[in-house]
Amino acid sequence: MTPSYYLVLSALLFTVGAVGVLVRRNAIVVFMCIELMLNAVNLSLVTFSRINGTLDGQVMAFFVMTVAAAEVVVGLAIIMSIFRTRRSSSVDDSNLLKY
Amino acid sequence: MSAHMILAQAATQVSTGEAVSFWILGPLALGGGLGMIFARNAVHSALFLVLTMLSLGVLYMVQQAPFLGFVQIIVYTGAIMMLFLFVLMLVGRDSSDSVVEVLRGQRLAAAILGVGLGGLVVGAVARSIREVVPVGLQSAFANGGKGNVYNIGRLLFTDYLFPFELTSALLITAAVLGYVDRHVRGRRTQRELVVARFRGEHDRPSPLPGPGVFATANSVATPALLPDGSVAPESLPEIIEATAAEQFADEVQAVAGTAPTPDAHALVGTEVREEPS
Repeated sequence: MTPSYYLVLSALLFTVGAVGVLVRRNAIVVFMCIELMLNAVNLSLVTFSRINGTLDGQVMAFFVMTVAAAEVVVGLAIIMSIFRTRRSSSVDDSNLLKY
Repeated sequence: MSAHMILAQAATQVSTGEAVSFWILGPLALGGGLGMIFARNAVHSALFLVLTMLSLGVLYMVQQAPFLGFVQIIVYTGAIMMLFLFVLMLVGRDSSDSVVEVLRGQRLAAAILGVGLGGLVVGAVARSIREVVPVGLQSAFANGGKGNVYNIGRLLFTDYLFPFELTSALLITAAVLGYVDRHVRGRRTQRELVVARFRGEHDRPSPLPGPGVFATANSVATPALLPDGSVAPESLPEIIEATAAEQFADEVQAVAGTAPTPDAHALVGTEVREEPS
């Protein structure tokens, strides 16, 4: 086995996350699938850092984590406010912006 | 064989321990991802994602990124997933997916496209990296020298200083937005709330009746009894399974006044009762 097996695992995890975004209806589960995709990219960044012999990939993975944390705060706040006005967290129900 | 070649060979070959941990944790991570998609309950999805993230964190540590591995476990599974679970509990744990298909055949198309995307990405990755010889992180600017954490800090505060400052701006924007969305926008005074309540914007103008309190039970799962002895359905929380109404048949009868009164002739016997007639 070589470190490139990690890249295959990362590609598989990214695909699973992408399919989840397309298939699931619950907005929170869709959000979790996006987190899974970000994690898969992090794994490939760490592997690239090991292949190249520098730490740049790990630093980029830190930045991805920061963006993911900020995104979760904003996205969950939006989901909560939609849920409070509409009593539903399904992405099919929020097809109008105002009502 | 020079020392450089030995180092390169050591970096290329993966140790047995790492291979074992990869073949245990990799399928676990993949299974967690698949379980997240296929779980009906959103809480189960979140827990499957926690499994995936924990496995990935250990894989980072195996791949000579110990600090990133711990940050993954602390930030992702500790903070982000707990936030997810918190919001799931606020929204309601039984918020499962609707089975109504708005777009016809969307799930089938998504599955086919997903398999296609997986085949493309995995194929491209597997073909393009076959010849790559990994260098490894032994150099003094990576994990060697003063170590992983020192070198990451040095990179963050020299080469990546500007993006690092940008993330601070991003984080403070997200924090302010999260606060504003929750507390400032759309906050109404008590008087406005009363007016809105009587205009019918809420389900009912008055608060819901409290649960029943009897000599035998005082839990919130106990239904309250109306003056006629029937059970008030609004006094029961929807989430908690209510105590069966039959269990309170005695109390219902006592409140309604239909309970059997104490019989004065019970001790004497039935023959005595017949005597006056």
